[in-house]
Amino acid sequence: MPREVAIIGVGYSGFRALTPEVSYKELMYEAAVKAYEDAGVDPRRDIESFVTVAEDFTEGTSIFDEYVPDQLGAVLKPVHTISGEGLHGFIAAYLQILTGAMDIVAVEAHSKASNILTPDEIMAFAMDPVYNRPLQVNPHFIAGLEMNRYLCETGTTREQCALVVAKNKHNALYNPLAAYGANIAIEDVLQSEIVSYPLSRLDMSPRADGAIVMVLAARERAEELSDIPIWIRGVGWCNDSFSLENRDWMNAIYAAKAGETAYRMAGIRTPWQELDFAEIDDTFSYKELQHMEALRLCRPGEAGMLTEDGATEIGGDFPVNPSGGSLGMGHLLDASGLARLLEVVLQLRGEAGQHQLPDVEAGLAFAWRGLPTTSGAAVILCN
Amino acid sequence: MTAKIKEFPGVGLRESDFTERKVLFTEWKPNAQYAWDAGIAIGRYLAELKEGRIIGVHCHRCRRTVVPPRIFCEWCFRPMDEWVYLEDHGVVNTFSICHVRWDMERLEEPLIPAVIEIAGASKGMGILHLLGEVDPKQVKIGMKVKAVWKPAAERIGAITDILYFKPVE
Amino acid sequence: MGLRKVAVVGAGMTKFVRRAQETGRELAYEAAKMALDSCELTLDDVDAVALGTAPDAFDAVHMKGEYLSDGAGAWRKPFMRSYVGGGTGVFAPIQGWYHVASGLFDVCLVVCEEKMSSCQPHPQGAFLTIFDHTTERPLGPNLLWIFALEMNRYMQTYGLQKKDIALVSVKNKRNAADHPCALLGDPNITVEDVLNSEVLAWPVQRLDVSPVTDGAVAVVLAAENVAKRITDKPVWIKGVGWSLDTAYWTNRDLYYPKYVEYAARMAYEMAGIREPRKEIHVVEPYDPFDYKELHHLEGLLLADKGEAPRLTAEGVTARTGNMPVCPSGGLLGVGNPIAAAGLMKVAEIFWQLRGEAGKRQVPGKPITGLAQAWGDLMQVGTVIILGIGG
Repeated sequence: MPREVAIIGVGYSGFRALTPEVSYKELMYEAAVKAYEDAGVDPRRDIESFVTVAEDFTEGTSIFDEYVPDQLGAVLKPVHTISGEGLHGFIAAYLQILTGAMDIVAVEAHSKASNILTPDEIMAFAMDPVYNRPLQVNPHFIAGLEMNRYLCETGTTREQCALVVAKNKHNALYNPLAAYGANIAIEDVLQSEIVSYPLSRLDMSPRADGAIVMVLAARERAEELSDIPIWIRGVGWCNDSFSLENRDWMNAIYAAKAGETAYRMAGIRTPWQELDFAEIDDTFSYKELQHMEALRLCRPGEAGMLTEDGATEIGGDFPVNPSGGSLGMGHLLDASGLARLLEVVLQLRGEAGQHQLPDVEAGLAFAWRGLPTTSGAAVILCN
Repeated sequence: MTAKIKEFPGVGLRESDFTERKVLFTEWKPNAQYAWDAGIAIGRYLAELKEGRIIGVHCHRCRRTVVPPRIFCEWCFRPMDEWVYLEDHGVVNTFSICHVRWDMERLEEPLIPAVIEIAGASKGMGILHLLGEVDPKQVKIGMKVKAVWKPAAERIGAITDILYFKPVE
Repeated sequence: MGLRKVAVVGAGMTKFVRRAQETGRELAYEAAKMALDSCELTLDDVDAVALGTAPDAFDAVHMKGEYLSDGAGAWRKPFMRSYVGGGTGVFAPIQGWYHVASGLFDVCLVVCEEKMSSCQPHPQGAFLTIFDHTTERPLGPNLLWIFALEMNRYMQTYGLQKKDIALVSVKNKRNAADHPCALLGDPNITVEDVLNSEVLAWPVQRLDVSPVTDGAVAVVLAAENVAKRITDKPVWIKGVGWSLDTAYWTNRDLYYPKYVEYAARMAYEMAGIREPRKEIHVVEPYDPFDYKELHHLEGLLLADKGEAPRLTAEGVTARTGNMPVCPSGGLLGVGNPIAAAGLMKVAEIFWQLRGEAGKRQVPGKPITGLAQAWGDLMQVGTVIILGIGG
């Protein structure tokens, strides 16, 4: 049996389209201070290791972890970067505790997306330099290809995708952290400009700035420090093929495999029955539906219909993205997964305020790294 | 194992393989542009540089005055307590005489980067800058140097508002 | 300790070359395949993949961990990329260690790749952006500055001469002449050659520096019960440590790498090592510049402060000395594909402890060895201690 590990503190800052009043360091500092206060720990004394999540070209700084120890209270302590999704970083922190060498570890992820002036060109820089870049197409075409294939194979409609946008932006109205809450109609989404058919502007989550810090602790320390530890029951992560030529365009294999690993670890056989809700990647509207199916939260091809039936709304049978997701809260680059996980923690603690779900005991967070990757990670939490 | 292996993978190419196009390759010039928010601490630092002053911050707990400023004390992990104006002179902590540009092209005149401990800050608290108006052979660790500012009208609120530091007579 | 035991059971590497014909993905594949072949495993035996690679600007691919993933054998497997600048090559096996020691995986493939030649006109371009974007970059710094500033501070503190330091470059480049993958091995190099080489950023001269390089290295890690089935010569990971100092590097005294000491103490404690100078038999400290080997030996507590140059002059650190240092030839001799170079050091210790280092084999049947890397803004230390038996 692996060691039992809990989240004992969460802190966050930003979640707005712009944060011109603070530098990235100051944004991270605020999140860290809140997380340590929430956990009741002094980072200089208690936290044994730190994981930060970053990619150089989203920071505009080479080897970004250079600039993280000070504002995290991590100077002259073990710190390393995971260049992956926030949930990868979270899992790295979790693994360190599982070894038995560490008892308390913190993870940090952030976005200063507003400081990136050429985001699409940087995204293009992630594509294969020999095969794909010379085509000189905006990388959102990859989402268009995938969405088209997904709609075609499952019979899901653009209207159903648009409904995901409307739902998540509506949920966001009840989440004080969310930057992009709105009441919009299906028609608004369908009539917004097409970016890469069938993907329209409003099918895409808008970017936001923000920082999230979480403190994890092994059972003994967790129970000593926290009245409301939220337990980690399962983790999983996986990627499919990086190459556009060889990937599976219909199935989110990375999500299916990451989910299966996490379910197996948590002893979950029928996820939609044993979990109470999920916060899953909705970088693009169709991704929420595709990921629901891959994660076995419904049968293949049914996610669109369930959304139509209202099953995934806050009052539905299986709420998905009650926080508003990335469509409603804003896409936090590689911190998006920690934003999903943050909502799961707040829901399980009963601290979600106006969008609190009743009687929730187990929730799933799932993250995808965005274009052009096929990289995903899943975390299951229980209270 | 390496003792037994005769041939390791990996094929080295020569510069001429590229210039003569003996191998195929693609080129890409990334367009990565950023506008970084300076924030509270560095924002004030830059504003003071525009006024011809260097400012630092002080932590009451560890009693350090540091520069460049930050809103938190990284040692005590608490907010800094006050702004402190520092002198615009200091001591060379270490220096180099650099003859090449980043792409290894030779410079006509060497640059002299240095870490300069700023007077008024705690011992050892320096900033990176350049030395000027000095014979490279005369530069010594421990040498006293003073900021040479751009004319006030040309200052924009940047580290380059200080042109360089020169030896104090 | 009660920690799950993890062993290195296989290793592989490509030649280190100035410009590789292979793409980064192909280099990663070659090293990974060789590492698996060396312990007669296939990709099906691998439960997870840990990747290490340094700035994305080298390979000129954003999110290059994703780009390299299939080459590194990570297709449809749990895969993560860790990153601590120059310290990455020794951190990646630490990442692999916590994957296996967590109990979730039995076999983890660790791959480090670097293709610096993709960055044109010079890979140093990738380092232009390591400096603070507001307070430093407008001054037009280049990477050599920080090394030169640190080297000068180190020399000044102990009154060292360039010739004291050049000995390291000579030793390592001569050692590398026996490494089949080396880029810059030279059995005849002298101290005069180093002292007469072009001055780049005084006190740094051309032959004080390791060259830019392409290459990849991989090792296979396995949990105790599995490792013993795979090989009768498992090399155990006895201790790991890492530490990151402040980003405000101009507020630190650069004469001593405190972060390396902290990382080393963490690793020694885990390994139960009380007297490192007696208990460590072969050392691969990080040597991208000749003074760094000295700096790091002191940080690792393997030499008193300011005494590493004397140990070098007396031959203590020669391959046949009492404490062989960089018997591989190090970065100065074998080459410096950043992350791959760090993992090369771990592979070298693995081969040395198994008695498989061929012409580079140190005498005296070493049973414990240490590899260390360093990076970021001169602020991170990563340490791994390997041992046989016990």
